[in-house]
Amino acid sequence: MEKLRLVIVTPYGQVLSEEVDEVTAPGSEGEFGVLPGHMPFFTTLKIGILTYKKEGQINYVFINSGYAEVTHDKVIITADSAERAEDIDLERAIKAKERAEERLKKMEEIDVARATAALERATMRIQLAQKRIPR
Amino acid sequence: MATLRDLRKRIKAIRNTQKITKAMKMVAAAKLRKVQDRMLNFRPYAKRVKEIIADLSMAVERDIHPILVVRPRKTIELLVITSDKGLCGAFNANILRFASKQVSELKRQGFEVSISTVGKKAFDYFMRRGLKPRASWIGLSGKVSYESAKDIAKDLIDAYINESFDEVRIVFNEFKSLISQRLVCFKVLPLESLEEEACPEATEREVIQREEEKGISQFAGAFIYEPSVEAVFERLLPRYVEIQIFRALLESSASEEAARMSAMENATKNCEDLVQRVTLIANKVRQEGITKELMDIVGGVEALRKSAG
Repeated sequence: MEKLRLVIVTPYGQVLSEEVDEVTAPGSEGEFGVLPGHMPFFTTLKIGILTYKKEGQINYVFINSGYAEVTHDKVIITADSAERAEDIDLERAIKAKERAEERLKKMEEIDVARATAALERATMRIQLAQKRIPR
Repeated sequence: MATLRDLRKRIKAIRNTQKITKAMKMVAAAKLRKVQDRMLNFRPYAKRVKEIIADLSMAVERDIHPILVVRPRKTIELLVITSDKGLCGAFNANILRFASKQVSELKRQGFEVSISTVGKKAFDYFMRRGLKPRASWIGLSGKVSYESAKDIAKDLIDAYINESFDEVRIVFNEFKSLISQRLVCFKVLPLESLEEEACPEATEREVIQREEEKGISQFAGAFIYEPSVEAVFERLLPRYVEIQIFRALLESSASEEAARMSAMENATKNCEDLVQRVTLIANKVRQEGITKELMDIVGGVEALRKSAG
């Protein structure tokens, strides 16, 4: 059976490069799925969870916004940061969430968009780390 | 004349200093390795983004984004990158001298110059000279993160769009090898000729490869873009600036650690020399002491014998 090559690169290094069967990614215009033989496609990504299927097993990766380039046999993700579910630092994420919430509560001369994004990232990481995948 | 005790004390003090410099050298070496790793890890990402931008820039209008628009140059911004900490030889002095030479050169050519700084040393330097930096970042070196590069890029881009200045150059130390760093002045804004800039360091082989790839990417036009080509391109462009800045930050901190390493290496060697010199003096003093005592004893014995005889 045909396979897809899934590559995820971030400023901190290549997170992943694997032959997979199927990829689902959080596009900014909505989630999309990719199977081998997909048509060329380029989209921005939002904060979210990318899943891919390999040998019948589903794997999860946290994606912190970026770009996805899809060709018939390749999916290349260029993300600000990305972590496999098992690599997420839960403690750090929880702390980040608390920090973000605090800042949002105070609401004094802060970058609201930035704090919101931080909160979203932290929440997503926590959910993923605790295997409560939002659907 | 120093007493023997003073000299021994001094040797001990030098030995202690030597231990510190040795430890600092080791720490710098470890940090350098870490930074080098990060530079290596960063490369594939930078390459990808540059490729995407080069591909896209063929598909869209040139002046779609304000940072692509070239204005007549009046004010030029220099972003000077130094370290926060000293004890790294002439690292900061070199870069600051180079930067102020650039400043006076630009002024001579009739441009106005504004300055922003990364690192405590650069900030202090320009404050002392009465050139208040437009913006400054402190506490980055040692823990350079992509986030900080993003902050800096955002600030520069915003200020560029507000026409606070018409060109941005980064001044920093490029890491060549352990013993040599190169001072670089590098233009980041506005973005011109993206296609060329995308791979300035490409070897001949890579260029050929890229040409071949272009044959395939004819069908890049066949890509479906979401939300739209323009939107994607607009979001990607700041990324390009971020990458340049992040690279500069990494290069600079690698150079800093390398400079510190060799500075501490030299310091350790100097300590060794000093210890040897002082030990020599101490031995001389000790022998002199012994000789004097012997003479005293011999003199005493002589006197005794005389009085007895």
